[in-house]
Amino acid sequence: MSKDWPLWEVFVRMRGGLSHKHVGSVHAPDGELAVRHARDVYTRRLEGVSLWVVKSADIVASDPAQAGPLFEPAESKVYRHPTFYDIPDVVKHI
Amino acid sequence: MPSLPTIQPEDEARADGASHEGVFDAPHVETHAKDLFDYALRLGDDSLILGQRLGEWCGRAPALETELSLANLGLDLIGQATLFLALAGEVEGRGRDADRLAFHRDVLQFRNCLLVEQPNGDFARTIARQFLFSTAQLALFEGLTRSTDPRLAEIAAKAAKEVAYHADIAADWVVRLGDGTEESRRRMLAGLDWCWRFVDELFQVDAVETRLVSTGVAVDRASLRPSFDARVAAVLEEAALPAPVYPRAVVGGRVGHHSEHLGHLLAVMQFLPRTYPDAVW
Amino acid sequence: MYTPELGKPGAAAPVSRRGEARAFVAAVAARVAADEFIEPKDWMPEAYRRTLIRQISQHAHSEIVGMLPEGNWISRAPSLRRKAVLLAKVQDEGGHGLYLYCAAETLGASRDEMTEALLAGKAKYSTIFNYPTLTWADIGAIGWLVDGAAIMNQVPLQRTSYGPYARAMVRVCKEESFHQRQGFEIMMAMANGTPEQKEMAQDALNRWWWPSLMMFGPPDADSPNSAQGFRWRIKRDSNDDLRQKFVDITTPQAEFLGLTVPDADLRWDADRGHYDFGAIDWEEFYAVVRGEGPVAKERMEARREAWEDGAWVREAADAYEAKRQARAAA
Repeated sequence: MSKDWPLWEVFVRMRGGLSHKHVGSVHAPDGELAVRHARDVYTRRLEGVSLWVVKSADIVASDPAQAGPLFEPAESKVYRHPTFYDIPDVVKHI
Repeated sequence: MPSLPTIQPEDEARADGASHEGVFDAPHVETHAKDLFDYALRLGDDSLILGQRLGEWCGRAPALETELSLANLGLDLIGQATLFLALAGEVEGRGRDADRLAFHRDVLQFRNCLLVEQPNGDFARTIARQFLFSTAQLALFEGLTRSTDPRLAEIAAKAAKEVAYHADIAADWVVRLGDGTEESRRRMLAGLDWCWRFVDELFQVDAVETRLVSTGVAVDRASLRPSFDARVAAVLEEAALPAPVYPRAVVGGRVGHHSEHLGHLLAVMQFLPRTYPDAVW
Repeated sequence: MYTPELGKPGAAAPVSRRGEARAFVAAVAARVAADEFIEPKDWMPEAYRRTLIRQISQHAHSEIVGMLPEGNWISRAPSLRRKAVLLAKVQDEGGHGLYLYCAAETLGASRDEMTEALLAGKAKYSTIFNYPTLTWADIGAIGWLVDGAAIMNQVPLQRTSYGPYARAMVRVCKEESFHQRQGFEIMMAMANGTPEQKEMAQDALNRWWWPSLMMFGPPDADSPNSAQGFRWRIKRDSNDDLRQKFVDITTPQAEFLGLTVPDADLRWDADRGHYDFGAIDWEEFYAVVRGEGPVAKERMEARREAWEDGAWVREAADAYEAKRQARAAA
């Protein structure tokens, strides 16, 4: 059995106005040190202004085998995109 | 009424440079430069020697993540040392730069406190040393941001943010080791026990600093002690560790009277520039 | 630093295992061939998974062991600037090992197991780190030659087929960009310095040149697993091609420094448009792979000490968290 500290996924907000983005993982015994480890590992070059960490084990992910049923039905819903509609060029601001 | 000797322009210039108080008894300008040189050395040497110690952890930390944390602390400290020693060299005005001061002084000329030169020991002793030093250094730097010397204030403002992190992460580890396993508690107690005798020196105020405090350049270290004691007490309590019992203080670092450890540290650190004095690296 | 040298004959996992539907294997192969990425939860052939764990963990071990030869000089760096740069560089290597272990962990290996495998001598790492750093010039030579060789291997791996590995390599390459330059800067200072410094620089080049060429791995003729590596897009250039490229790029740099590459057979071949170079002592290479490098024992002892001395710290933090959770639950 692994004696490692639990694994945490690290998310960094690069600068104000942007969402947090997954950048990698760290091991840490608890959330407080996970934030410190994330800071010391992933923001050494001014990469961020805010950090999230979440225990890897707590992430619920979609099943790649179900990618077809989950994501392909969206392919046929072209009417969700603005380019689906033909509006004459003379009509402005629409 | 006897006539006064004429006040010459050079006397006026000297009067302009005089400190605001103690005109009659303070040898002022030269003394001030000497004091400031000494003070900048104290600040720079503290950071340099502790940074050197943390560098010794490379490849030895308990976990990879901890390896990176310790290196970050070391890098901050070496950066601070570079700034303070450069200032010292500038104040001294004899053409010595930060490297010259770091690599070409011997034990008696080093002005760091005894705590920072203590060997790393195990992780608990390193953490004890870091926690006590950074907690005191943080209070000092926060005060120094209001120094009447703008150069000191500027360095302190940058460094205070770094040291706030050092003090926090060290405190986190004191708590985890103190309240972890029996072994970690025993080691944490031993680590603190090694360090207690060097704490008083962190708050010692001698004639040099008294003069600098009077002009608002330096921070009165003695005034920082109550908040330091409160912080240490709070962290130890969270760590389920007993309150400190301070033994008789060991001092001397500020006048160059160090432990035996510093000479060995310098021998390693300075060997290249000393062996090849003409070389540029 | 990447270590293709360790894919030695007979060491890789079999290409396919019974019980795995060939159709699935073919589907994965097609995705890889189409430059798509395989992600952690995707189905993948067992052989692909095990080969990746092997390659990524070797790569991670190389970063971690690679901290030691340079770490040997942090305390003795000759100026404050050099000290900070070296500490930051060695710290980066620790970070790179960390990214790579995490990438391997997405394949089901634990860092604990990988570390135990390293310390037990079951897992390999780059042979280059089993050579000692004797003078400050070695720090320059490592940055210039060893990192230079590593970069050539690593850059193509940013497009390797396994997503977490590729992403780790993107970060590694970005961070490594200063490593080679700082090494060359040290070499310039020494090559243009005092006679003693120049002697150290030449001596470092003499000692690090051949081991650096060995970093690209055995000749293509002796790399039977390369074909599979190419198919799986976990290897992107041949060992000999990269080695040639390295010699072509590095030889003029040595000339610029005024140093002599320790190879009597090195000469420009105008017809080929490449440098010809002498024979590599592959006996030495395989001996070092076996663990007989000059300081191999010291390297493993250092890693073992760090791991064993740190055990009580890792346990203490776990124990503290368990207590805290128990208190919160109470």
